[in-house]
Amino acid sequence: MAPIIELRNLTKRFGKGKETVTAVDAVSFAIEPGETVCLVGESGCGKSTTGRMVAGLLDPTAGEVLFEGKSISKLDSTAFRRYRQSVQIIHQDPYSSLNPTQTIREIITAPLLRHNKVKKRGDAEGRALALLEVVDLTPARDIIDKYPHQLSGGQRQRVAVARALTVDPKFIVADEAVSMVDVSIRVSILTMLARLKQEFDVTFLFITHDLALAKYFAWEGRITVMYLGRVVEDGPTQRLITDARHPYTQALLSAVPEADPELAHHKRQIELRGAEIPSLLALPPGCTFHPRCPYFVPGQCDVAAPPLEPVAEGGRVACPVRKLEHISLLV
Amino acid sequence: MAQNQLDWRTEDNSTGKPPLSLDNVHVGYATRRGKVQAVRGVTVDLRAGESLALIGESGSGKSTLGLAIVRLLPETAQVSPGVIIYRRDEREVDVLKLTPNEMREFRWSDCAMVFQAALNAFNPVLTVWNQTFDTAKAHGWHDKRAVLARLVELLQFVQLDPKRVIDAYPHELSGGMRQRVLLALSLLLNPQVLILDEPTTALDIITQRTIIKLLRQLKEDQHFTMIFISHDLAIAAELADRVATMYAGRIVELGTSDDIFYRPRHPYTLGLIRAVPTVSGGFEQLFSIPGSPPDLINLPSGCKFHERCSFATDRCIQEEPELETVGLNHTAACWNWRAVEEELKLNPLHRGALNVLDPSIILAEAA
Repeated sequence: MAPIIELRNLTKRFGKGKETVTAVDAVSFAIEPGETVCLVGESGCGKSTTGRMVAGLLDPTAGEVLFEGKSISKLDSTAFRRYRQSVQIIHQDPYSSLNPTQTIREIITAPLLRHNKVKKRGDAEGRALALLEVVDLTPARDIIDKYPHQLSGGQRQRVAVARALTVDPKFIVADEAVSMVDVSIRVSILTMLARLKQEFDVTFLFITHDLALAKYFAWEGRITVMYLGRVVEDGPTQRLITDARHPYTQALLSAVPEADPELAHHKRQIELRGAEIPSLLALPPGCTFHPRCPYFVPGQCDVAAPPLEPVAEGGRVACPVRKLEHISLLV
Repeated sequence: MAQNQLDWRTEDNSTGKPPLSLDNVHVGYATRRGKVQAVRGVTVDLRAGESLALIGESGSGKSTLGLAIVRLLPETAQVSPGVIIYRRDEREVDVLKLTPNEMREFRWSDCAMVFQAALNAFNPVLTVWNQTFDTAKAHGWHDKRAVLARLVELLQFVQLDPKRVIDAYPHELSGGMRQRVLLALSLLLNPQVLILDEPTTALDIITQRTIIKLLRQLKEDQHFTMIFISHDLAIAAELADRVATMYAGRIVELGTSDDIFYRPRHPYTLGLIRAVPTVSGGFEQLFSIPGSPPDLINLPSGCKFHERCSFATDRCIQEEPELETVGLNHTAACWNWRAVEEELKLNPLHRGALNVLDPSIILAEAA
C-alpha cells in the first residue's frame, strides 16, 4: 500500500533575486497510514511551511507532495477535491482560526452542507452535535449556540478539530495545535487526538517546537527534526530521544528545560560554538549547522551539504562526521 | 566560554530582612460585569538572595501580582487592601504609598521588571544605546562615558557582542538577543530585586537555554533576589529555590522546589505536575485537570478549585481553606492535603531518567 502522504524533494522559496529565502529545501519523507509523525524544530526551520504544503495551502517551488501515491499537482478536479477533504489542517491559534461572527452551529454545519456530508439540511444539526461530543465538548447542546469568544482556548481548539472532522479526513496536519492552550488542558486535547487516530483511522502529522510534547504524542511513532529548511535527522521516537545522532538533535535535547528539578540540575549540556541561528538570507555553505557544531571538521562540513543516510537502529541522519565517530567507537 | 563577573555588585544580601514583603495583597478590576478578583489576599516574604517562582495557569493572578509590585497595572485596577513593603539596607518603604517620581526611581534602582514581549518593551525608533542613555539621564546619570562602560560590561555579561548591539535598533535583533539586551538594561541601575515575567516564553529552545544559564549565573554568582513568573513549570524546576502555586488569585501552595515537584500537597500543584511531559524522564502517563479555570467575577464557593478536584469533599464546597503548614517551610491551602500525601505514597512523582545522551559524546557538564 502506498504511503498516505509522501514528500519528494519538497522545496519552497520565498522572495525574489537576492532576497530569496529557501524556507524548505528538498525535504523527502513518507508517512504510512496509521503512523504518527512529529515534525520538530525551532522557529524558521520550515516545519509550518512544510505542513502547509502537505495540506495543499501553499504550492511548492519544486518537488511534490503525493497523496496515496499520486502527485497532488497532477490530480483532476474531482480527485483534488477528495484530497483537500481528506487532508485537513488544525492551526495554532484557535482565537483567529474561527470566524468570530458565527456560532459554533454555523461553523460546524457549513462544511457539512457545502460538501454534502448530510442527506438533508435537517440532519446537519444532529451531525454537528455528534461531532462536538466526539471532541468532548459536552453537553453539546450547551455549546452549539455559543460564539467562539464565549469559549476558552481549549474549547475553541476542540471546535477547530470538530470542524476538521466534518469532511471525514484521513490525514490531519496539527500545526502547534496545543501551544496556546493552558498546560492543564493540553494533555486532554492530545488524548482526544490520539483517540481520533484509533476511532476514525486518522493519520497525524504533528508539528511542534516542543520536544517533550513530541515525545509524548509520538512515543510509538516517529520524529523528524528540521533545521533551516532541511531534515537533519529522523527515526522512531524512542531511538531518536535516547540515541540521537545528529549534533543538532543532541543540542536540542540537551537544551530543553525540564519540568523536574533533578533532571533540570543533572542534565548534561552540549556547548555549541555559536549561539545564534544563521539568517535564511545568508546560509552557511555545506552543512548549515557547521558554524555552531561542536564536531565541525574544516574542509568537510563547510564544503558539501551531507545527505541523509540510514541508521541501523532506524531512521536517517545527515552527518557523516558523527557516523564515522560511531564506527570508530565500535572498533 | 568566558566567565563574566559583574564585579560592580558587591552587596552581601545573604542575611537580613526580606527585601520584599507582601501582606494580604488584593487586586481587583472594575468591569461592567462586576469586579474581577485577580489577586485575593497574597501574603509572602521574598527572602534575600532567593529566587521564587510563581506558577499557575492564565488567570491565576501571577502576572497581575508581579505588575502590582512595580505598580504597572492599568488604571482600572485597584490594589487594596494590602501592603507591599520593600527593604534595602536600612531603608524601608511602603511601595503602594510612593509618589510617581519615587515609583519611577524604584522601578529601575530597586525592583526591575523584565517583560515577556521583549519587542514591545523597546522604543522601536531608538537604538539600544539611545534607549540606555535616555534611561540613565532620566535617573540623573549624565556621565556618557560611565554609562557606556556600564552598558558594555552588562552586554558582555549577557554574552552579546557590544559592537554588534549598541547601535542596533530593536528590530535588527533576534528575539533571544532582545531578551538579553532587556535583561542587561534592567540591571543598569543596580536593582536589588528582579521580576521576570515569562522570561523564556516564545524563545527557541537553544536560546531558552542561554537565558536560563544567564539567570542561573545571576542567582548563584551574584545572589540576585528574583521572582520568576511563568506558566512553564520547567522554568521553576530549572531556576527556583522556592515555588508558589497560584490559583484563582491566591497562593495555594508554597514550598521549596523539591517539595513542590516531588511532595506537593495541593491537588492543583499535583495536577499541573502530572500534566507536563519531560524529555529526559522515562515515559510517563500524563493526566489533564478536568474543567477550566474559574470565572474571576463569579468565583465558586469554598475552595475555588473544588469543581476540578478529585480530592474534593463537602467541606471544600463550603469553606475556603487557608494556607497551613504541611511540612518544614511548606504550606498548602487544602482541607485534604493528607489524602494527597497518601496518593503520592501509592504513585510517587519521581520519574527516573532515560539515558538521553550517549555519555561518550558529552563535551561539557551543565554550568
